[in-house]
Amino acid sequence: MLELRGISYYAETRNETVRILDDINIKFEDRKLYVITGPNGGGKSSLARIIMGINRPTAGRLSLDGEDITDLDITSRARLGIGYAFQNPPRFKGINVKQLLDISVQSEQVGQTDKKACDTCALLNNVGLCASEYLHRDADTSLSGGEMKRIEIASILSRNLKFAVFDEPEAGIDLWSFAKLAETFENMHRTRNTTIVIISHQERILELADEVIVISGGKIEEVTTKQKILAEITHTSDCSCGTDCGKGVGMNA
Amino acid sequence: MLNDIDMELLEKIAGMHEIPQGAYNIRKNGEKSGRNTTANIDIITKEDKPGINVVIKPNTKGESVHIPVLLTVEGLTDIVYNTFEVGEGSDILIVAGCGIHNPGSSTARHDGIHEFYVRKGARMKYVEKHYGEGKGTGEKILNPKTIVEIEEGGIAELELVQIKGVDRTKRDTEIRLAKNARLIVTERLLTYKDQEAESAISVELAGEGSTARIISRSVAQDTSKQVFNFNITGLNRCRGHIQCDSIIMHEAKVYSMPQISALHSDAQLIHEAAIGKIESEQLIKLMSLGLSEKEAEETILKGFLK
Ligand SMILES: Nc1ncnc2c1ncn2[C@@H]1O[C@H](COP(=O)(O)OP(=O)(O)OP(=O)(O)O)[C@@H](O)[C@H]1O
Ligand SMILES: [Mg+2]
Repeated sequence: MLELRGISYYAETRNETVRILDDINIKFEDRKLYVITGPNGGGKSSLARIIMGINRPTAGRLSLDGEDITDLDITSRARLGIGYAFQNPPRFKGINVKQLLDISVQSEQVGQTDKKACDTCALLNNVGLCASEYLHRDADTSLSGGEMKRIEIASILSRNLKFAVFDEPEAGIDLWSFAKLAETFENMHRTRNTTIVIISHQERILELADEVIVISGGKIEEVTTKQKILAEITHTSDCSCGTDCGKGVGMNA
Repeated sequence: MLNDIDMELLEKIAGMHEIPQGAYNIRKNGEKSGRNTTANIDIITKEDKPGINVVIKPNTKGESVHIPVLLTVEGLTDIVYNTFEVGEGSDILIVAGCGIHNPGSSTARHDGIHEFYVRKGARMKYVEKHYGEGKGTGEKILNPKTIVEIEEGGIAELELVQIKGVDRTKRDTEIRLAKNARLIVTERLLTYKDQEAESAISVELAGEGSTARIISRSVAQDTSKQVFNFNITGLNRCRGHIQCDSIIMHEAKVYSMPQISALHSDAQLIHEAAIGKIESEQLIKLMSLGLSEKEAEETILKGFLK
């Protein structure tokens, strides 16, 4: 179980302190699938980066299976089995897709080298990429946004994690691959012991959730079920007519 | 005749584990220490000054020439003039390179002047690696000068690499392209401690339809200094592209001066130059996959200089 207690995060800008997260308390139970949603700028990615250790909370503590991890750096948290698929994955000059995936696979299964090669292919297939076309391409700006995003997701899928956060995995991914991706998450949820957190605005992803967490203005607005949130969205979208006129999330599905 | 130190240097600069196949000329401490010619490739010692003429017959395909230079004593300044005649329609790999093992406290220096004539329709790949080592305080200095003429329809690919141990280097490269000739230069440079490296590449796109691309990647660490002066001049309908990319670390200094000059209205020239730290998102990404900060840094630099 990953537990956040009283997590606040302030960032210093030139002339003021901005409050980005305010007193966040969550218990992520083992093997559950959570979807975090909420308006742009609400603080979702900031929370994910705090879990990975990229940003340090201004106040509050985090623990994984009862062990306090607040002071652990990124590497140590990664080695404890926490993973994060970036919203905007960085590009690397001169590092190819295979090397990138090898780094993530290696960190898990040192010594199982023969298995690795075929695993990498399967991984890429899971995110809808044909392995033979991509393995030897550089993970630099020559890859399209959607391609890079899928490789990012594959690199997290390759690891046998205790806790995995995917930050808007659907962003930039075409409709065909998206269906496959949703299936991949479903599959991962069914067959692995990983606690999965998906930051998403997509109905199809919301449908996978055991619990939905709405973050807005740096606070947890509510913890709810997919049924409730899906019903809410269709009735109180920014269109004020109050009926299911198709202006809300349903449109994007 | 070649000892362990020599073999190690050879491996570093020419990827040679043994005496190479094909034509070669090994120069050690200012003297010839091994040579082989083939039916198509002749190597002749110059009479007026130190150096060799390498003559590749027209239409020679798939052969290679290795011309490594080794310096394993201190206090020696070795100057050499080499001329390469790459015959019409040939397709050839030339591997040069200089390895210095300076055991002492005085300077060891090699100045190589290379001239290439890539004849009509010929294709040349030229690889030059520089490497220095040695426990002493003696400086290891390399000042190569390279002049390349590419005739009509010829292709030259230059790979210039200096990754380790050279204290001072001043590299000067001049290339002239005739009609429909093509050029690709890739440069990789790493400096550290108080090393200094200067690289000037000047390209003249003289012929119609000629194209040139210079891709330079460098990493400057510690208090080292790098200066780049790249210049492409378009004198005809042509295309030229300079891409310089440097990662700067610690207290290093990097000066990058790409220059493009169009003297013809159908010349299309681009330059891009960027200097910056390793992107923190890259480090963070690799650390979040379980690498330590140091491993992440090494992985990024190694890829960048690949
Ligand atoms: N270092 C920072 N300095 C100042 N403001 C910041 C900093 N980091 C994040 N913010 C602000 O904090 C807020 C939350 O950002 P965050 O990226 O967590 O939002 P999000 O919920 O992931 O949004 P989106 O749905 O658009 O991805 C935003 O308003 C953002 O501009
Ligand atoms: Mg976000």
